[in-house]
Amino acid sequence: MSFSDYLFLFAGMGLVTYLPRWLPLFFLARRDLPKWLVEWLSLIPVAILCSLLAPILFTDQAARSLEIGKPEFLVAIPTLLFAVKTKSLGGTVLIGMGLYWISGFLLS
Amino acid sequence: MTEHTNVTTKNESWFWDGATASWPICFGYIPIGLALGVLANQAAIPFWAVAMMSILVFAGSAQFICVAMLAAGASIWSIIFTTFVVNLRHFLMSSAVAVHLNGIRRLFLSAFAYGITDESFAVNMTHFRTGNWDHKRAITVNQLANTTWIISTVCGAVLGQFIPRGAFGTDYALTAMFLALLLFQLHNIVYVLTGIAALGISVAWYLLIPGDSYIIGGSITAATFGYFFKQYREKHT
Repeated sequence: MSFSDYLFLFAGMGLVTYLPRWLPLFFLARRDLPKWLVEWLSLIPVAILCSLLAPILFTDQAARSLEIGKPEFLVAIPTLLFAVKTKSLGGTVLIGMGLYWISGFLLS
Repeated sequence: MTEHTNVTTKNESWFWDGATASWPICFGYIPIGLALGVLANQAAIPFWAVAMMSILVFAGSAQFICVAMLAAGASIWSIIFTTFVVNLRHFLMSSAVAVHLNGIRRLFLSAFAYGITDESFAVNMTHFRTGNWDHKRAITVNQLANTTWIISTVCGAVLGQFIPRGAFGTDYALTAMFLALLLFQLHNIVYVLTGIAALGISVAWYLLIPGDSYIIGGSITAATFGYFFKQYREKHT
């Protein structure tokens, strides 16, 4: 593909990515939202985080099938306990990485 | 006077605060960005095109899909359409973050919107909840993550296959970060039940329906369930 082909493709992708990121901010942040919407939106972060995590923890993503007890899930348990204990985001990331790295040797 | 001093200290350290908050994201982006660059390199996409894509699009999963689709010879329009569907979830995140950016200038909001990703959204929302967070700190998180992403993807494309995949558990960095951020969001039983509902619904959705709609579908359904549970609980206690 030529330079202009790539530019057209990525500009198009950029536009359709930017619009959903921009529209709500641009139009919602300047007005007072109804109480029900604020309450509903306050639950969105938890819901999105769980939706993003669920397939990683509970499914075989290559085969797109249920998989209980995969390393990602087993490592998540001590990682979460560490997060409960320390309340540290950075520490939790490091511990999670370390445990996952070790699990690669233990479970293979 | 005390008020004034507080505001000054708060403003002075905005860059440092943003940088401190963003490092787990940057840490997680480096291996993923490198991997994307390597794949692009294998699909014969030049490094300058990788740079262009990371700057113009800045969306991890969509960029991976784009590389795979280009390698498979997909048309430009089908790639753009797929990108749109995959990134629609940011509409929800942008709406949720808007609550915390009330009254900020529209030019700033337009710049801020560019940097809304799963990761920056989760980190910024956690900090907005605990207070002591503002738009300057939040956009610092967005843009440091963005810079890391651009550099990592280009490095991956240039260095190609010289980099070993998954060393030191780096593949797990973003998962661990999401786990910690999720935990910090569980303020009471309503949030816990919303989370459990989201886990169940999105797994079922993921298994039954192809594509990435499980993220939006699971989130909206679970948040709505959580909202009605909260209403019910307030009426009956």
